[in-house]
Amino acid sequence: MKTIPPNPQTAVRVLDAYFLEVRARLIEIAATLDRVDRASNRHELQNDPRLGFIARSLAILQSTAPDRARQIQELYSI
Amino acid sequence: MFIIDPHIHMISRTTADYENLALSGVVAVSEPAFWAGFDRSPAGFLDYFRQLTEFEPRRAAQFGIDHYCWICLNPKEAEDLGKAAEVLSAIPQFLDKPSVLGVGEIGLHKSTPNEAKVFQQHVQLAIDWGSRQKQPAKHALILIHTPHLEDKLKGTRLIVEMLRDFGAQIDPARVLIDHVEEHTISLVKDAGYWCGMTIYPISKATPQRAVDMIELFGADRLCVNAAADWGISDPLNTHRTMLEARQRGHTLQTQLDVFYNNPARFFGQNPKFKPRPLAVSEVK
Repeated sequence: MKTIPPNPQTAVRVLDAYFLEVRARLIEIAATLDRVDRASNRHELQNDPRLGFIARSLAILQSTAPDRARQIQELYSI
Repeated sequence: MFIIDPHIHMISRTTADYENLALSGVVAVSEPAFWAGFDRSPAGFLDYFRQLTEFEPRRAAQFGIDHYCWICLNPKEAEDLGKAAEVLSAIPQFLDKPSVLGVGEIGLHKSTPNEAKVFQQHVQLAIDWGSRQKQPAKHALILIHTPHLEDKLKGTRLIVEMLRDFGAQIDPARVLIDHVEEHTISLVKDAGYWCGMTIYPISKATPQRAVDMIELFGADRLCVNAAADWGISDPLNTHRTMLEARQRGHTLQTQLDVFYNNPARFFGQNPKFKPRPLAVSEVK
């Protein structure tokens, strides 16, 4: 029988520890999308599934599901 | 490829860092006065200014690196107006030292009234220095720190407004406003000031975003630094940004302009700064 240890940290402590890193990653995602949009031949990506993956991943982030990391991993699995 | 690191706090770095900088093409560094991690006494500042103007140039010279510095009381220690007045009264004697480029890094941290007051006093000090020169007209060069994270936009706006209040006494071409990011770069550049981008991947810019800003806002009046200090920082983040530019296909001349010529152009307004802008040319 597997035992799952409870998270020993409070929610505030977790957010304190990781907020700036999350903020930085969000800005990086935004900058990357901006970079893609202003690059030449942007139309060649019209049907590229990777952009759909990013869009669906961002939608998963907005949900309150407890397994968002798993959902995004599954999105990128064949 | 030659590089000038326009903002690095070498007093808090090891001598091995000087060697690594030299090995990676750095020929000159500019070290603004900053916060030491704790609040100092006025006497502590005098020792610090001596370290910047006497000891660090010798340590850098061992590796063929020209060390230049800036003198000020940093905004984090500006709340005590009495201490600030005492430190500011000692600054003019250091501005004439052979490796001092100007007043900096002044600025704001939490944008309090006292910080603003001491900022304005520093700007006035730079102006007064100019009026004492043999050919009075130009104020001392000024290097400005902008606040971190959520305080940055408000603080940058306040800095630009305060500089504007000095009118024609301030020449934007002799002022560099540092740590700009996507939401503040236009505010600074459109007003005619020089900009510095700092590569701190968590709290400021990444190499990728810095190159984005070069592409979006132009390479003129733009410098890149790693602002390496005693915190989690890396002097080679400047080089990583140059590598990102190279990987995207930017020309050697563009790389030279951003990482060597632009600092040489801004700092070179003070005749003490020796490196001069270079051009890439093919040997026939």
